[in-house]
Amino acid sequence: MSDVASRVKAIIVDKLGVDETEVTPEASFTNDLGADSLDTVELIMEFEKEFNIAIPDDQAENIGTVGDAVTYIEENAK
Amino acid sequence: MELKRVVVTGLGAITPLGNTAKETWTNMVNGVSGAAPITHFDATKFKTQFACEVKGYDAKAYFDRKEVRKLDLFAQYAMVAADEAIADAKLNSDDIDHDMVGVIWGAGIGGINTFQAEVENYAKGDGTPRFNPFFIPKMIADIAPGHISMKYGFRGPNFGTISACASSTNALADAYNLIRLGKANVFVTGGSEAAINEAGLGGFSSMQAISTRNDDPKTASRPFDKGRDGFVMGEGGASIILEEYEHAKARGAHIYCELVGAGMSADAHHLTAPHPEGLGAKRVMLGALSDNGIDPSDVDYINVHGTSTPLGDIAETKAIIEVFGEHAYKLNISSTKSMTGHLLGAAGALEAMACVMAIKDGVVPPTINHFEDDPELDNALNLTFNEAQKRDVKVALSNTFGFGGHNASVVFKAL
Repeated sequence: MSDVASRVKAIIVDKLGVDETEVTPEASFTNDLGADSLDTVELIMEFEKEFNIAIPDDQAENIGTVGDAVTYIEENAK
Repeated sequence: MELKRVVVTGLGAITPLGNTAKETWTNMVNGVSGAAPITHFDATKFKTQFACEVKGYDAKAYFDRKEVRKLDLFAQYAMVAADEAIADAKLNSDDIDHDMVGVIWGAGIGGINTFQAEVENYAKGDGTPRFNPFFIPKMIADIAPGHISMKYGFRGPNFGTISACASSTNALADAYNLIRLGKANVFVTGGSEAAINEAGLGGFSSMQAISTRNDDPKTASRPFDKGRDGFVMGEGGASIILEEYEHAKARGAHIYCELVGAGMSADAHHLTAPHPEGLGAKRVMLGALSDNGIDPSDVDYINVHGTSTPLGDIAETKAIIEVFGEHAYKLNISSTKSMTGHLLGAAGALEAMACVMAIKDGVVPPTINHFEDDPELDNALNLTFNEAQKRDVKVALSNTFGFGGHNASVVFKAL
């Protein structure tokens, strides 16, 4: 697993209180990991903080799965 | 229309004296002080460095990790107290119509820990707003009854009451009146507060409202003592289940006693100082007694607001003498804040619980820390100093007064 992927996973486990094994690339924050709309906003903010990036709202809307998050961060993190 | 009768069918508490209602009551009867040096934060630079904190509380024992992050400490205390009261009343049953169970909860301040943390975080940054999406729903005082309703599916009337230190008495009063009108069969009521942090302590301290007896925290809360120098901050939660009498009987609920009156008034005088003649206090007691025509001479016990401030204690005793006349000297009067500290928005529910238990067990909890009579007070009153007194309590009154001049009182009666 890439460094980004493992850091993303750690944030998700911490914020959503889910088991590590549930955090697969295909897992959807809302459908599989029990996040509501506020949880999702919080996750995006945590990613921004952890990777020192700004994720615009229109981009954030497209991040629905763990894999989406990892891909976006790998492409945009400095 | 005929108004319905309202009874108490459940109690719960997490307080500086214990993490259940039973433990709290036992320590209250035994005259235990809940005061100690502050552990929640470093209070070294504060004028007051002690408070009545909840002891040995571990959120993980009550909530899962995800849940707890969305609950300010005041809402956690609300959930813990309400859970115990709901279990005590055996309310979590499919046989009860959940549309007719409401939640009314008092908090004077609400999520001040959350507010402080979010503002600190913002102030440390470069001005870019990075507020947590849970900031507002964690902080707002009405979120406590919201959480309780969501956990149990109680779909009746649901809101918070805010009147500073009278908040949870107002919650009881509203629940009482709504049940009397038939708007719900059951209410989970109570109050909670968790304001022992830098902002909370610093704010009360700068008002010169709190005791600075740092060398002896356990004797700092000394209502009616000559040496009293302000209240002691407390925290925690207390919950009372109010239920329509026939509903409680029909389901075979254990009934502690009846709630027979709720008074409300304003001093209309000053932001924080009580009316010097106790005008609002007098009216609120008379109002509570009048709901069911309770004669002042029927009252056995008054759990006073009695916060241990120089002015407040005097004004309240004056009002009691005016309302009760000669009977004032036959009453038992006590301030359990001498032990619990001042739980602000949770004080009313906790002290109502003390009244309920005094009726149930036939014992009046004491006003501890009495060392010297105050010549400005009428010392012929029985202020139940230092030790609990046995008494067959049939009727008990609880007074609470809040900054802003809000007064609320409730009267309980043995069934």
